[in-house]
Amino acid sequence: MELKLKIWRQNSPEEKGSFKEYQRSDFDPAMSIPEMLDHLNLHLMRAGERPISFESDCREGICGQCGFMINGQAHGPEKGSTACQTHLRSFKDGDTLWLEPFRARAFPLKRDLMVDRSAFDDIIAVGGFISVDTGPAPEANSILIAHQTAEDAFDAAACIGCGACVAACPNASASLFTAAKLNHLALLPQGKIEAQERVLQMVEAMDLKGFGACSLIGACELVCPQGISLDNIAKMNGAYRKANWGF
Amino acid sequence: MRLQAKIPEGPLEQKWTRYKAAAKLINPANRAKYKIIVVGTGLAGSSCAASMAELGFQVEVFSFHDSPRRAHSVAAQGGVNAAKDYKNDGDSVWRMFHDTLKGGDFRAREANVYRLAECSASLIDQAVAQGVPFAREYGGYLSNRSFGGVQVSRTFYARGQTGQQLLQGAYQSLMRQSGLGKLKLHTRHEMLDLLLHKGRASGIVCRNLDNGSIESFEADAVVLATGGYGKIYYLSTLAMNCNATAIWRAHKKGAGFAAPSWTQFHPTSLPQMGSHQSKLTLMSESLRNDGRIWVPKAKNDQRLPGTIPEEERDYYLERRYPSYGNLAPRDIASRAALDRIEKGYGVGPMQNAVYLDFKDALEKHGRETIRQRYGNLFGMYQKITGINAYEQPMLIAPAAHFSMGGLWVDYGLMSNLEGLFVLGEANFSDHGANRLGANSLLQACVDGYFIAPHSLMDFLARSGAIEITAERQSNAQASKAQIEDQLQSLLSIKGKTSAEEFHQALGKILYEKCGLRRERENLEHALKEIEALRERFYQDLMIPGTAKEINFELEKAGRLADYIDLGALIVQDALQREESCGAHFREEHQTEEGEARRNDADFQYVSVWEYLKPLTYQLHAEPLTFDAVQPSQRSYK
Ligand SMILES: Cc1cc2nc3c(=O)[nH]c(=O)nc-3n(C[C@H](O)[C@H](O)[C@H](O)COP(=O)(O)OP(=O)(O)OC[C@H]3O[C@@H](n4cnc5c(N)ncnc54)[C@H](O)[C@@H]3O)c2cc1C
Ligand code: FES
Repeated sequence: MELKLKIWRQNSPEEKGSFKEYQRSDFDPAMSIPEMLDHLNLHLMRAGERPISFESDCREGICGQCGFMINGQAHGPEKGSTACQTHLRSFKDGDTLWLEPFRARAFPLKRDLMVDRSAFDDIIAVGGFISVDTGPAPEANSILIAHQTAEDAFDAAACIGCGACVAACPNASASLFTAAKLNHLALLPQGKIEAQERVLQMVEAMDLKGFGACSLIGACELVCPQGISLDNIAKMNGAYRKANWGF
Repeated sequence: MRLQAKIPEGPLEQKWTRYKAAAKLINPANRAKYKIIVVGTGLAGSSCAASMAELGFQVEVFSFHDSPRRAHSVAAQGGVNAAKDYKNDGDSVWRMFHDTLKGGDFRAREANVYRLAECSASLIDQAVAQGVPFAREYGGYLSNRSFGGVQVSRTFYARGQTGQQLLQGAYQSLMRQSGLGKLKLHTRHEMLDLLLHKGRASGIVCRNLDNGSIESFEADAVVLATGGYGKIYYLSTLAMNCNATAIWRAHKKGAGFAAPSWTQFHPTSLPQMGSHQSKLTLMSESLRNDGRIWVPKAKNDQRLPGTIPEEERDYYLERRYPSYGNLAPRDIASRAALDRIEKGYGVGPMQNAVYLDFKDALEKHGRETIRQRYGNLFGMYQKITGINAYEQPMLIAPAAHFSMGGLWVDYGLMSNLEGLFVLGEANFSDHGANRLGANSLLQACVDGYFIAPHSLMDFLARSGAIEITAERQSNAQASKAQIEDQLQSLLSIKGKTSAEEFHQALGKILYEKCGLRRERENLEHALKEIEALRERFYQDLMIPGTAKEINFELEKAGRLADYIDLGALIVQDALQREESCGAHFREEHQTEEGEARRNDADFQYVSVWEYLKPLTYQLHAEPLTFDAVQPSQRSYK
């Protein structure tokens, strides 16, 4: 199949970037987006051009490594999918695809479609955990958790840390990411103990890292490959208010 | 090469307790004087690094990923085993030990396997305490299911994302220590060499993948938790960047490589659909609990699966293995599928698959129950294939998946090189010649949370810290210079074939000649082909750009150079072992019924290879003795 690709090329953070156009007619509809880029890269290399830098690893939508904008949407047009799970059969022969990196102040660009998402790790490092060392854990069934509670905690915990939510948000807010972790832990009895402190610390870290504020637009929920719900943010806001002002 | 397994004396049930009791301790106030390097942030690496930092040691952690959370442990779907006996179905530490030893076809150490089962319950406790949202029954108790090769339900799971959830637990513990400043994290750092000081592991050399600089790091002990190398087959269930480089470079420095050819082929992967394909996606084995596997009874049957009547279907696993049926162990299920496919009964567009059918389960349990159990797997299947598995059976096929082989380690998980510890899938230790499903998340965790903290501390207490001397510094300089040279020489080839293309060629050789079935003449051919490929690689490799920038092609090429050499060793190992055991099936050694025939008289040992020079390895053997269980022929009939 034939596609026209307009891809953001930027050698380094310091240099200027721009879209460059590539056209090929030998793509296969069964290719995933990274496989399409592999294919293009092979031909770029053969022609003596620098291949496009992009990241991917698991190629099954779970590691969160891939991710860029495809036609203005984080991870592309397929709902609930990462870029690596998006196949060319989602497009029509002759289509033009615009690929550009996730753009956010907190995600500095490295090269082409690659950005630095380590700010997410920094948010986790200040409180995205239950403070338990290796060793003292009690017998697992001594902590009873209702079936539905475990399911709800799982829904929040399913986040893959890809950053699409930030990229989709006009404010580049990390609220969905942060709220998902907060709720995952706050729903569970073993996570409740530190819930207050956790919300204060993680929200503060989010601001410090340069993510924007949330105005509940909901673009994040729409692009989240794991379908993490916007409700998480409402709960986070409630918990934050309570921890700060007690109501 | 000296191979001392150092298994503690005493009855099986007491060995681990005795080991811990005899292990030396370091006073909490003194622990910060010792530095430990951990390479890898999967379950094994993260759990070990966090645990060591909690104890108060200085820890530096390395990963080539941009975040520790991306390690391939994240992709494990099905579950993690533990002998909790919550189901009252006759499970026990002993039974789990026995299942694992037998599943591994009696090619693992009794003491290691017993310890794995013994520590399994604590891992579930630990994970729950961390907030891992395992599936629960309606009464709030933990839920279990059963996995291939066993008759009890001992598998804990978090929907179809168990690995992700366990890794979140370990990653969060790791980040907590990082946030507390007790551990230093180096992401986007790829280990390219192991430093030795008077024969003892003393540091590593890395390439900073963001700017290409070559950096060295010194420590008093080095832990490799760098995962499996099944990606050597190119099309596999592993992530694109999984590689053997860390363990291979350590091997070149003298660490023994055990059982390299024991690779597990997973029976329920998606089949290859086209030539552009870069990886195969696994469909969790847990699907075999409710799905039934079949092919048409007629060859080349082109009818749609739904139109093939019941009596014209061959449920070949249920037919051949009535007591285990669709839950037969992986090696057996994979070979049985290959057998059907090769004989012309394969289905799907490339006739390279078999059906996994949920029709009966949907009728019995209803769509909602099936959705709760496997919803995300069905969703994933639809995303990749465009097919709705609630309506049509899945297409599945065997794929390279897990490396039972890896660096040889003793009971304390130390390699034959002093101070070099190897954890998780990177070591060879517990799974013998075939791993049971849901045992390797467990092994990675048990290695990191419960074993390494004892054995590492014991080692450091006995061996002390290593002084920083001028000799050590010049050693590191020399290694860095050598790594720079190696990268330059790869870059200067300026050929026409990409690393990926070489990788595809290597994978094809291995799949065809050293995959699910192996045979002498084919293996000898494979060896020649790999040698030829190697020659071509060093003449025709194409890498654009330089070593001092982000350069994915250079990264791939370095990993592939190691994969090619490992590929040759894999074939050599498969050739040398004149028996069939577990995943290693030699055509020459099978029963009349086509089952594996082990040769205990001549091969009841672990093969450990020493590196001499490129493509030249010397064999050593660690004999295996069985006191608690007498090896028997595996039967799953
Ligand atoms: C698709 C799939 C499904 C699976 N499902 C199950 C299951 O249901 N149950 C089960 O028990 N097991 C399962 N397994 C197996 C299990 O997931 C793995 O064996 C286990 O997670 C390995 O963990 P690890 O910590 O050893 O390695 P990994 O998680 O692979 O981590 C390796 C780490 O090493 C780092 N690394 C590697 N090389 C270098 C280097 N040179 N320099 C720096 N860093 C390096 C990587 O960055 C990464 O952080 C599955 C495996 C796959 C592939
Ligand atoms: S590559 Fe892992 S999520 Fe896309």
